[in-house]
Amino acid sequence: MTDTILKSHSPVKLTPKDFKSDQEVRWCPGCGDHGVLNSVQKAMAAMNIPKEKFAVISGIGCSSRFPYYMDTYGFHTIHGRAAAIASGVKSANPDLEIIQVSGDGDALAIGGNHFIHAIRRNIDMTILLFNNEIYGLTKGQYSPTSKQGMVTKTSPFGTIEQPFHPAELALGAQSKFYARSIDTNIKLTTELILAGSKHKGTSIIEVLQNCVIYNDGAHALITDKETKDDFQLVLHHGERMIFGKNRNKGLVLGGNGKLIIVTIGEFGISEQDILIHDAHNPDPHMAWLLSNMSAPEYPVALGVIRDVAALSYEEKLVQQIKDVQAVSSIKCMDDLLNSGDTWEVK
Amino acid sequence: MSQKTKVIEKEEVVIRFSGDSGDGMQLTGTQFSDTSALFGNDVATFPDYPAEIRAPQGTVGGVSGFQLHFGQMEVNTPGDFADVLVAMNPAALKANLKWVKPSGTIIVNEDSFTDKNLEKAGYDSNPLDDENLSDYNLIKARVTSLTKECLKDTELDQKSILRSKNMFTLGMVYWMFDRPLEHTEEFIEKKFKKYPLVVEGNKMVLRAGYNFARTIEALPYNFSVAPAKIKKGIYRNITGNKATAWGLIAVAEKAGLELFCGSYPITPATEIFQELAARKDLGVKTFQAEDEIAGICTSIGASFAGNFAVTTTSGPGLALKTEAAGLAVMTELPLVIVNVQRGGPSTGLPTKTEQADLMQAIHGRSGECPMPVIAASTPSNCFEYAYSAGKIALEHMTPVILLTDGFIANGAEPWRIPKMADLSPIEVPFAKEGDNYQPYARDTEKLARKWAVPGTKGLEHRIGGLEKMDITGTVSYVPENHQVMTDIRSERIRRVANFIPDVPVKGNDDAEVLVVGWGGTYGHLTTAVRELQAEGKSIALAHFHYIFPLPKNTKEVLKRHKKVIVCELNEGQFAEYLRAGFQDIKFNQYNKLQGLPFTVLELKERFNQLLEEK
Repeated sequence: MTDTILKSHSPVKLTPKDFKSDQEVRWCPGCGDHGVLNSVQKAMAAMNIPKEKFAVISGIGCSSRFPYYMDTYGFHTIHGRAAAIASGVKSANPDLEIIQVSGDGDALAIGGNHFIHAIRRNIDMTILLFNNEIYGLTKGQYSPTSKQGMVTKTSPFGTIEQPFHPAELALGAQSKFYARSIDTNIKLTTELILAGSKHKGTSIIEVLQNCVIYNDGAHALITDKETKDDFQLVLHHGERMIFGKNRNKGLVLGGNGKLIIVTIGEFGISEQDILIHDAHNPDPHMAWLLSNMSAPEYPVALGVIRDVAALSYEEKLVQQIKDVQAVSSIKCMDDLLNSGDTWEVK
Repeated sequence: MSQKTKVIEKEEVVIRFSGDSGDGMQLTGTQFSDTSALFGNDVATFPDYPAEIRAPQGTVGGVSGFQLHFGQMEVNTPGDFADVLVAMNPAALKANLKWVKPSGTIIVNEDSFTDKNLEKAGYDSNPLDDENLSDYNLIKARVTSLTKECLKDTELDQKSILRSKNMFTLGMVYWMFDRPLEHTEEFIEKKFKKYPLVVEGNKMVLRAGYNFARTIEALPYNFSVAPAKIKKGIYRNITGNKATAWGLIAVAEKAGLELFCGSYPITPATEIFQELAARKDLGVKTFQAEDEIAGICTSIGASFAGNFAVTTTSGPGLALKTEAAGLAVMTELPLVIVNVQRGGPSTGLPTKTEQADLMQAIHGRSGECPMPVIAASTPSNCFEYAYSAGKIALEHMTPVILLTDGFIANGAEPWRIPKMADLSPIEVPFAKEGDNYQPYARDTEKLARKWAVPGTKGLEHRIGGLEKMDITGTVSYVPENHQVMTDIRSERIRRVANFIPDVPVKGNDDAEVLVVGWGGTYGHLTTAVRELQAEGKSIALAHFHYIFPLPKNTKEVLKRHKKVIVCELNEGQFAEYLRAGFQDIKFNQYNKLQGLPFTVLELKERFNQLLEEK
């Protein structure tokens, strides 16, 4: 059997158009998925990776139609299993660049187990988690991220379930890369996909996505022009956590271990007092605090929340095979067949 | 190597070692069978152990057994009844007495027949004291105290001393059958090489048992079983699970592909996965998935990415893999799904054997979802049929189910080692750079689509679980196209029949009764039929390995015999399947659902009855 060699790609010039397939895009007009598709095609063109090295793998749901719209290798799999199938693709062929697309139902309900275990293993792929807090393709049932009390077709009197915070789940599975964007912010989403691709290991990019039909305005406070500046905190590694229409609000760490919103210039607070974002901090405590902030109590953290280096699963897998092959006397099947106790009948 | 009073030559002997699940009976049995195989006998073995790792001590439920059958002729089964039973405690005697031949030899560890152990085993009085055992050659040995006595001057702790008592009984049985001790001594040296005290202790106890049997003259005579007349070649012992794993690795090597196995541990299939995990030296990639579903899904991903992908499981796991198996059918990706059948339904009898997943394998998926089903029939031919499953999967671009069962998976037999050069070549239908690639265009012979591996320039394409447009593979909801694609999926699996051998028949074309079997019942069926043929009975055997599709000569074979009886360890699933395909043939049935293999005796009784019927 041949060795899998992790090759470096030669630079190629591609444009977003090169990644558009001949299939008609069938998402509803106004659906947030259109924006993400643009972002992915832009990001891919900027990666300098030959087109044939990409594999886009999805589960089931509106967002999971994604591979059909990409002119790359693609696999539209079955409900919830995309992370497992993508894990197999990457382990089998570590030379591929994997983008895995899932919605909140696909990744966090039926596929929750595969989602957390892909992260735990740290398989090198970028998971785009489209979070619209609803089941769209089945026409409007509550999802594991729907807010408690939400009235849907399967919760006509309001859901009584506690929603998942996807980041909390990912961090619980020891996620090394967690980022968050908004469907309409193509610039930020593109940047995050590039950062996620660069990161070795499982990169989660949660995209707050709007379902215009079944859950319109789910993220309104964060996305509306009037309110968004006060409810978005775009994080940059090494920069202070400052936000607000007038860029005068910031976060400090309170004595009780909680984040506190302060106003620069009030009560003697200066810019120097505001926390500096350290995405590379191996300790997940701050990432947990930041990713769990929700509106209206807090601004919602966007950008790269956590980006900590670690070896990926398939790097370790390939290395282990090399190590064992270096010392084993069994080099081929005939060697194995004749190893151990054998005897000859003459 | 010993002074024997009287030696009686025997054609074949069956020994059953039994004791508490912690008594080391599996190891003892394996040692005896390896030694006999090295001596040149043909051997078949059958471990029979509880699902619990250490079931309640001393109870009948906790008894672990290992039966082996060795002879100077062809041995196809582990034997119905034992010539020698080793019972390390009262529960082992109670559980196994019914399997001892009349006038057989029973060796008991007398020390273990205490009031407490007798009560745990459910005995009202000590069976060693009453008349019930007078028909047997009962050898009462104080195995525990003799082992302690033997090791009293060593520095071994009490626990290690007690643990080595299985070596005492092994030594006794070695003397009875005039077997050399060298192989087991070497094994002990290798296994405990970090603990020289344990090595020395075990060897001392083994020899003590041997000498004890000689001193008391455990038998009025000694058995000798001459080497079998076997085909020339290099041999080794192999279990069905190991042979399966090796067959799969052989496929990958022959096809020039990497082997990927995504699996989740499940009894009795786990050893296949473990063996593959140990073979990193041959580049095998194993992925211990979070569940059965992820097991098959990672493998489907690996197949999409160009590896030879397999997943291993048992019945309940196959049920969990069902949806993903449908995806593999829809996307026409090569994949081998190994199902080591166990007693069901549900958790059922995890460590016991059964053949009741046949219908699940053939039909158990949503939609019209055909895939080839093949079944191995002996421990060693698991290699051959795993190889065949892989070859079909790769050449026909389809998932394949390989059925084995707990009986052949755990059983072992000597195996003439094949040479890789002698295995048939595997032609993988790859699409190549520069091809005008259409994902669902097909070759005319097999109707297999081409495999365009991600990373190949210019062949970018999308596949998925939605219905595909013929040739282009784009998503299609066109009604007529669904009919076309359904027909193609069916026809291309039927065409596998053009590439498999005819079902062979053992016996005359005009035999009155045709015995039909499939899978792991082969050894018992073939022995029963052979013995009846030797008695002059008009009977033949057709044993199937290719289940779906069936070999092309199936109808011809079934039709030419007056009476057909289908024997299987289920309620008649293969019989039902044959009835559906051959409605003008009458199928008699013989079925058993006890978690145990057939016995040759019961099969012969049933066949004789059928022969006598007008």
